[in-house]
Order: sequence, then C-alpha cells, then structure tokens
Amino acid sequence: MHFSLSPEMMREIIMDHYTNPRNKREVDDKNYQTIYMDSTSCIDKIYVQVLIKDNILVDVVWHGIGCAISSASTSIMSELLKGKTVDEANNILKNYFAMIDEKDFDENVLDEAVVFINTSRQPARIKCATIGYRGVDKILKGDKDNG
Amino acid sequence: MFDVNEIRKDFPMLKNKMQNHDLIYFDNAATSLKPTCVIKAINDYYLKYCANAHRGDYDIAHKVDEEYENGRNIVAKFINANPNEIVFTSGTTMGLNIVAYGLMDKINEGDEILITEAEHASNVLPWFKIAKEKNAIIKYIPLTKEGKLTPDSLKNTLSNKTKVVAIAHVSNVLGYVVDAKTLAKLTHQYGAYFVLDAAQSAPHLKLDVKDIDADFVCFSGHKMLGPTGIGVLYGKYKLLKEMDPLMSGGGMNTRFDMCGDVGLQIPPLKFEAGTQNIEGVIGLSSAIKYLEKIGMNNIEEYEKELKKYAVEKLKKLDNVIIYNENSESGIITFNIKDVFAQDAGSYFNSKGIAVRTGLHCAKILVNFLHTEATVRASLYFYNTKEEIDAFVEACKSGGDFLDAFFA
Repeated sequence: MHFSLSPEMMREIIMDHYTNPRNKREVDDKNYQTIYMDSTSCIDKIYVQVLIKDNILVDVVWHGIGCAISSASTSIMSELLKGKTVDEANNILKNYFAMIDEKDFDENVLDEAVVFINTSRQPARIKCATIGYRGVDKILKGDKDNG
Repeated sequence: MFDVNEIRKDFPMLKNKMQNHDLIYFDNAATSLKPTCVIKAINDYYLKYCANAHRGDYDIAHKVDEEYENGRNIVAKFINANPNEIVFTSGTTMGLNIVAYGLMDKINEGDEILITEAEHASNVLPWFKIAKEKNAIIKYIPLTKEGKLTPDSLKNTLSNKTKVVAIAHVSNVLGYVVDAKTLAKLTHQYGAYFVLDAAQSAPHLKLDVKDIDADFVCFSGHKMLGPTGIGVLYGKYKLLKEMDPLMSGGGMNTRFDMCGDVGLQIPPLKFEAGTQNIEGVIGLSSAIKYLEKIGMNNIEEYEKELKKYAVEKLKKLDNVIIYNENSESGIITFNIKDVFAQDAGSYFNSKGIAVRTGLHCAKILVNFLHTEATVRASLYFYNTKEEIDAFVEACKSGGDFLDAFFA
C-alpha cells in the first residue's frame, strides 16, 4: 500500500520529519546505549541512544547535525523502532537496508520509511539515509566502539 | 588569451555525462581533470620504458633516470627554483609533514608556531604534533572579518619567540590570495622560517619561490592536471641539508653498516626513500608543460574573469548567500538559503554539476563563518561562462532540493 504514496506525499513526509524531527533529544541516562556516527565523506554527525529493557527497544532518541536525508531518515527510524522487540527491530533494519540496496523487501514493516526508496538515485546519499539505522545495527550487534 | 573551446577538447573527462547531464566540473580545488597528454605520458612509461629509477645499467632504465631527473628540472623552472631544491613527495600533505618533522630540531620549548584558522588540516595537524613533542605553542594569526590574512595582522602576532610561520598561499575555503612576499619578509625579520602551502596557488597563478623568498613551499600534482600521489616540496638548499628526513630507506643513503652507522645522500635524494612515484613525476612534467603552454598569467586572468562573472550573476539571486565574493581566486563559497549544504550538493549532482560540500577540511573555520557547512564551487581554466549560466539556473531552484530524489 505504501507504493500508493505519491512522490509529492513522500517529499512532504521527508520535509515534515526534517523540519519537525521526532525523538530528537539528548538523554543523560546510563541505561541508554549511545553510539556516535560520523564519516569522513560527509558532514553528518549523529548520536543515537537506545534504551533496551526485557528485549524491547523501550526508547530510541537521537541528536546531532545532519542533512535533510540523514535527519529525516533517523527521525522516521526512531518512531519505527520504538516499542519493537529486538527481533522485530532487526527485521526492520534488514528490510530497510534491502530497500536502499534496491533488493526485495517487505514494505509492510517499513511504514513511512519507504519514502527513502529513491535514495539510490543519489548514491552519495546512501550513507545519509542509513546513518541512524547503521547506528542501531551496531548497538544491537554489540559493536559500539566502531561508530 | 586562449580559446577555451579548443582547450576543452584536450580533457576527455569533459565529454562525460553525470545524471544524464553534460558534466559541469566545479570541484577543481579538490582535484583537477587531466588532459590527454598527461594520460598518454603515463601510459607511455608503462608501455615503452617501464623500469626503476637510479638502479639499472640498461637502456630503458637510463631513459627512466633521464625522464625522472628532467621532471625535477621542469618543476624547478616552473617555480623558479634550483633542481636540487625540488623534493618529490606524495602531495602537499607529505611535504608539510617532512618540513614539520625536519624543523623539529630547531624548535625549542616555548617557541611559537604561527598558523591561521583558515588552514587546511594538512597545515595544522603536523604542527600540532611538533608543538606537543617540543612543548612549543601554536598561535593563530587573526584574520580580518572577511577571513583575510593581512601583513599587519602577521606583524602584530610575530615575536622573538616565533620560529615558524606556516600559511596557505590561497585559502582552500575562501580563496583569498595572501601577499606571500611581504609575509615572508616580515617572518624573516624575526629569524623565523616561512612555510607556504601552495596547494591552491601553484595550479592557478605564477609561483616564484625566489621572489617570495619562502623557505619551504609545498604543492600537489593532482590539483594542477597531474596524477594523484605526486607532489613537490621546495626547500632552500641550505635548510634541506640541515634537516633530518622523515622517511628512511633505499635510495636516500650512501652507505650503512650493521653497527647503525648511516651516511645520507645530499638533498633532494635524502628525502626520497624507496622507489619513487615515477609515473607521477612523468605525468606532472607533462602537466606543467601543458600549463606553461597556456601561460600561468593567462590562466589567472581567465579565472578571475570567470569568478567575477559568476559572483555578479549569483548576487542577483536572493536565495544565495556568498561568503567570499571579494576573494581573488576561482573559489566560490556559498549556501542556498535554508538548504543544508549536503542536500544542495545532491541537488547539484542531479543537474550534472560537481561541487564540494562540507567543511573542506578547514574545520576550525566554522567558528568564523558562523555556519556548519558550505557549498564550494571551484573553477579552473577549462570551465566556461556557459557552465556558470547553467549553475546559476540550478541555484535559482535550489530550494526544491528533494527534486534530486523525486523529479
């Protein structure tokens, strides 16, 4: 059903999350796992913080500096992953990365995140559209030191 | 002057498309495109006389020696130096590292190293390292509010503690050309060494190291039509002789024994340890011959005209903020209002226009421009007014940057 989203609606969703980012705040709580994501090839610098309790991502927040693509994709991700089990979150990550790589994916688990389906038209922005997702992936894999 | 349309035929890259548009390459401060003659010169080395330098007794090895040392002569003439003052490096970064390391013995605790906030990382981090090692102090020469380095400002920062003044001839972010000759003179009045980062100047203007009286000058081949991985360090011969080389290995010693006793070559070979970038020297030589044929003064003049043309057109748009309209070189640093630089970069890409976004390695300058990021369009002599027209058209609709993904 998401493919019924017109390009105009997709653009609106991206701009909405860029200008009114969700879950964008810094948390000072040792129970949260924090990861810092940056890259030499772009200027995005984003922190993602996740609180995992009883195998559930109870809270997903983020802060930092980024372009529209990195900001909006991380904002949408935070809403998407919040309240999911670790298995569900891993499944969402798997499908999101598949979509970005132009492979088969299950659109039903990605919800609004499908607005980034065209990212491969601007290959240099793939890093931006996946920055938050790669951060959570590292947290879930226990690979926090290699942001 | 030259005919730009004739020149463009020498650059095969300009025939390419990007995102289904003719490529408009405005990222020349990052690297330049290469003319056919440079590509052919490199190919010829691998196809016709591939051998090592300084090693062989056979014909093709002799030919390599000749081409390699002739490259040194060509570079020396290009910047008005003596061939024995030309050290081949991998690029500006390596050159500056050799200079910083080599000057270490001359720097004492409490001495001052002067740089500016507009320096590229390669002219900041080697000095940080030396300062830490020797307990020396890094001081920043204040820039004017436009971001310019003036002789007055240097005069007010120099002191008897100053040992090194290391600055860019042309800033890679704002493109101002400094008065290197006057700055060198002031520096020498305090007995300090004058180090010039010429990465953004050597490709675009006539560089005369003797006239400037610089102690050290570093630049890269790839920004001036040459291949990547080759660069030049010019140093006054007396200073090169006194300096300890950063790299040790084959080709830079005359003899050594198992007790650790080593005899070093005289400069420049002292600084060229290991097999050198032979194709790089051959490619760079060809590039310099090409530049000299066009004339460095013609190149400088043409780029000034292009920059002026672009700034005049951009200023008419109310959605473009220009940060350096008065700088002399072909670098235009700007933002599209309310569009993050990186989003603008993708948008330009979708129009076939290559620009650079970000902090351009001069991360310290952010505090100065009061913006997190900028877009940089940097011109070279093969760019045209028609390309600028297309670029200005793209800027007009830059607010619709998501077109890059949906249009």
